[in-house]
Amino acid sequence: MELHIFAQQLLNGLSLGAIYGLIAIGYTMVYGIIGMINFAHGDVYMISAYLTAIAMSVVFSFGVDSVPFALLIILAVAVLVTAAYGWVIERIAYRPLRGSTRLAPLISAIGMSLVLQSYVQVSQGARNQGIPTLIKGSLRIGSDTKFVQMTHIQLLIVAVTVAAMGALTFVIQRTSLGRQCRATQQDRKMAGILGIDTNRIISTVFVIGASMAAVAGVLVTLNYGSFDFSIDFITGIKAFTAAVLGGIGSLPGAMLGGVILGMSEALFSGFVNTDYKDVFAFVLLVVVLIFRPSGLLGKAEFEKV
Amino acid sequence: MGIRTLRKFMAAALLSGCLAAAQGAAADTIKIAVAGPHTGSSASVGEQFWHGATQAAADLNAAGGINGKKIELVKGDDACEPKQAVAVANRLVDVDKVKAVVGHFCSSSTLPASDIYAEAGILQMTPGSTNPKVTERGIATIFRMCGRDDQQGTVAADFVVKRLKAKRIALIHDKDTYGQGLVDAFKSRINKLGVKEVLYEGLTRGEKDFNALVTKVKAAKADTVYFGGLHTEAGPLVRQLREQGLKVNFISGDGINTPDLVTAAGGKQFVDGIYMTFGLDARNLPSGKEVLEKFRAAKIEPEGYTLYSYATLQAIAAAMKATKSTDGKKLADWLHKNKVNTVLGPKEWTPKGDIKVSDFIMYRWDATGTAKEVK
Repeated sequence: MELHIFAQQLLNGLSLGAIYGLIAIGYTMVYGIIGMINFAHGDVYMISAYLTAIAMSVVFSFGVDSVPFALLIILAVAVLVTAAYGWVIERIAYRPLRGSTRLAPLISAIGMSLVLQSYVQVSQGARNQGIPTLIKGSLRIGSDTKFVQMTHIQLLIVAVTVAAMGALTFVIQRTSLGRQCRATQQDRKMAGILGIDTNRIISTVFVIGASMAAVAGVLVTLNYGSFDFSIDFITGIKAFTAAVLGGIGSLPGAMLGGVILGMSEALFSGFVNTDYKDVFAFVLLVVVLIFRPSGLLGKAEFEKV
Repeated sequence: MGIRTLRKFMAAALLSGCLAAAQGAAADTIKIAVAGPHTGSSASVGEQFWHGATQAAADLNAAGGINGKKIELVKGDDACEPKQAVAVANRLVDVDKVKAVVGHFCSSSTLPASDIYAEAGILQMTPGSTNPKVTERGIATIFRMCGRDDQQGTVAADFVVKRLKAKRIALIHDKDTYGQGLVDAFKSRINKLGVKEVLYEGLTRGEKDFNALVTKVKAAKADTVYFGGLHTEAGPLVRQLREQGLKVNFISGDGINTPDLVTAAGGKQFVDGIYMTFGLDARNLPSGKEVLEKFRAAKIEPEGYTLYSYATLQAIAAAMKATKSTDGKKLADWLHKNKVNTVLGPKEWTPKGDIKVSDFIMYRWDATGTAKEVK
């Protein structure tokens, strides 16, 4: 086996894993605070892909030709609108069910996912959409024939994922908002008695989760150049798997789970067989969950009797 | 997956309820289904089917219809998913009571749906399903307007080995009936020509990241990639090949023949140089001239399968006129024996339902995002 091929597969896995990790952050944050799996998260990511394309065509129609400036505007538009979606989804699909059983919001999340997907399919059409290549070029190390490379956009994705994870960890661990989040997570009623507006905290978490999905939507769309209304499904499932693998509720766990999932897919595909890479990835998940039921970095939950 | 199936089932149930209510008024029309992926990632092909069939129906109706009755088209959406294809086929048979079917497109949808039409004795002709199995299962009432993948694979293999002089060929398919069948046909031909493939792998439909596979192609030192699948995966695959600096030849089949390939690849620069097999471009045939003008007058470019769909309805109508019947068995017997003049020229069928002369040729995509015949 040639070394540069092996290194390249690791990098392929890293960039794929970073994408999973970026989307997994949204799953893991919502779960961490209210113990609910937000199945509509993948759809929010899909919507941000459409917003990217719309914002891009508007930005270019105003004759903006500086790429970093255009990218900033696109990112701002996508994050703001997607965050609004996150807030509205929480407001109409989850908050009314706050007091009911644990399964009720799960079902309304699935319903929300179907609503969003169908809404985009009807309003935007079923055909796949594309955007022009905004960030070109790649970083290559090695000789002309034997090199390892990452495209600039892949490097950007890894950097943004690490930065986002760091920033969110800081917010959760060090700020007043973070303390309120953790208090809400530990005991919602008690937090409420102590003067924390728990509804507002939960809304904030959804807005942050949706913003992360928007960042992922922009970067992933720029990376692959095309998308359609059904991209939520496979990517959403994989990101969710990454969150579970790393330990759902843990931010570094989302990143770790994403990278492990991405790398195991890339290495199995690259050196064994592409047909069964997903089988391998899920076998890995099962094995991890057998030995560590709450994931690699997850905290074990104790039921108080 | 369970949720998706349930949703489709519910949608189908809801739809059939509405249609049942609307029935009764239309006794003096002949209902013909246009079944294919009207939604989903292959919706652009469904659109081609629909454009072709609606224009053909309009032209046939303007000329007096079939045996004094007008043609009424019914849309059947399979979204290129086998399970939905079965649901929609049952609806077309039981609720809409169609007399013939134009469709489906994805071979993996055509196969399960065809059992339902066969059982009901309804004539089915597909404009675009190329998998050999479609006509190899002894169903008397099934036909196709296109060639077969064993023919298509052979044409591509001869081109790759003899014209491109490829020595190291990587084979990639999408694990679907059509894609894998096409790659297998291609493989058996190159093996016969003395070339052994360096890679044989299947990717997953719906994914977008094929970088690991691309690196594997690079590690295998391939000079040519043959892909069996649809444009939705071909686009990202070819893009990532180019991004990783691989200047290999890229060849695929009829499944990528839609302008959406450019969208899926994310730019015209990525499709430049792709080779593909497809039937003769009917737009260049003398038989298609008049119809072509009608399409262009309606601002529709009849690309890909549009004229195949038009010709399919022509053939069905011709059989209905000649036999003065809509009985699947009688129509099939007539089509097995007679020649039909279609927009694609005169067509004849073998006893299995394949067209007698297949017309696959090589095309090459260029930097303007269109495919032109390779001379």
